[in-house]
Amino acid sequence: MTVGDLSSSPSSSRELHVLAVDDSFVDRKVIERLLRISACKVTTVESGTRALQYLGLDGDKGSSTLKDLKVNLIVTDYSMPGLTGYELLKKIKESSAFREVPVVIMSSENIQPRIQQCMTEGAEGFLLKPVKLADVKRLKELIMRSGEPEDETKHSCPKRILQDDTDSSTSTLSSSLDVSSLDDDTPSSKRMKLEPRAHD
Amino acid sequence: MELAQMQKSLQDYTKSLFLEGVLDSQFLQLQQLQDESNPDFVSQVVTLFFQDSDRILNDLSLSLDQQVVDFKKVDPHVHQLKGSSSSIGAQRVKNACVVFRSFCEQQNVEACHRCLQQVKQEYYLVKNRLETLFKLEQQIVASGGMIPAMELGF
Repeated sequence: MTVGDLSSSPSSSRELHVLAVDDSFVDRKVIERLLRISACKVTTVESGTRALQYLGLDGDKGSSTLKDLKVNLIVTDYSMPGLTGYELLKKIKESSAFREVPVVIMSSENIQPRIQQCMTEGAEGFLLKPVKLADVKRLKELIMRSGEPEDETKHSCPKRILQDDTDSSTSTLSSSLDVSSLDDDTPSSKRMKLEPRAHD
Repeated sequence: MELAQMQKSLQDYTKSLFLEGVLDSQFLQLQQLQDESNPDFVSQVVTLFFQDSDRILNDLSLSLDQQVVDFKKVDPHVHQLKGSSSSIGAQRVKNACVVFRSFCEQQNVEACHRCLQQVKQEYYLVKNRLETLFKLEQQIVASGGMIPAMELGF
């Protein structure tokens, strides 16, 4: 029985378990709902420190008690008091237990050097807040696909969150009255970063 | 008031909030996340937002009233409020926070005071509007009706 595992039915082991880290109450509630509605198991924590504790990486105790902990994806806010999302990312990538777990950074700020820094450190992708349902769905698809054994060949290219980056105006944050973004399949959604561009 | 009339009122009211820019599409995103299994999701998130914001605005008032304003304290608060307002679609609050932050960066105390007033104004406005919206919804539900889905024709 793994930590946070609510049932032992076979189907639950194929469910993605996501650890979401965000210091904002509001954002935690929203990301949790977004993930649950996308059929993921969710554990939310309010800080990078708590995340490390949950993962058994805080150095207080060995990870032996947590070796059955299965986390398929970690989604973390960038700007948090104490440990930033970037610092959390580094610690995760430094650990033997969790370095293979994809980490996605969320931020309300579209700052290229920041995004680049996270990607360089091994982040799987970058989500611009406010996060939408379409973002989470796409994220889930990517993670589930990259979990398949036949995907060995795909590891040769860097995994990124897919984005229809057809034009460079990725600075569209919460656009007003942009009701077109409600359509989950809309190709014009520019919510997630693919290759970060210098001029964005 | 007839149920159909209440439902129309709600739709018109909601539409006006979008047209005025008080709410943006992120609010619609939240509504999409509400269903029979989570029928109060939107009001729950919004309530959290109100609680959070009341606290932040209080802290901001205190910080800006200090003899020497510590912008290292002020900016994170504004950033937080910007984030949460953005997450629920409170567009005008968010925009007011963006302006506020730019004056924090300049360490312009007077301008920051004005910004705080502006943020408060926008916040009380959206709070008032959303409370009215939820009341309309409650009336509909109490009359045995369903909340009409938001029409995106505009």
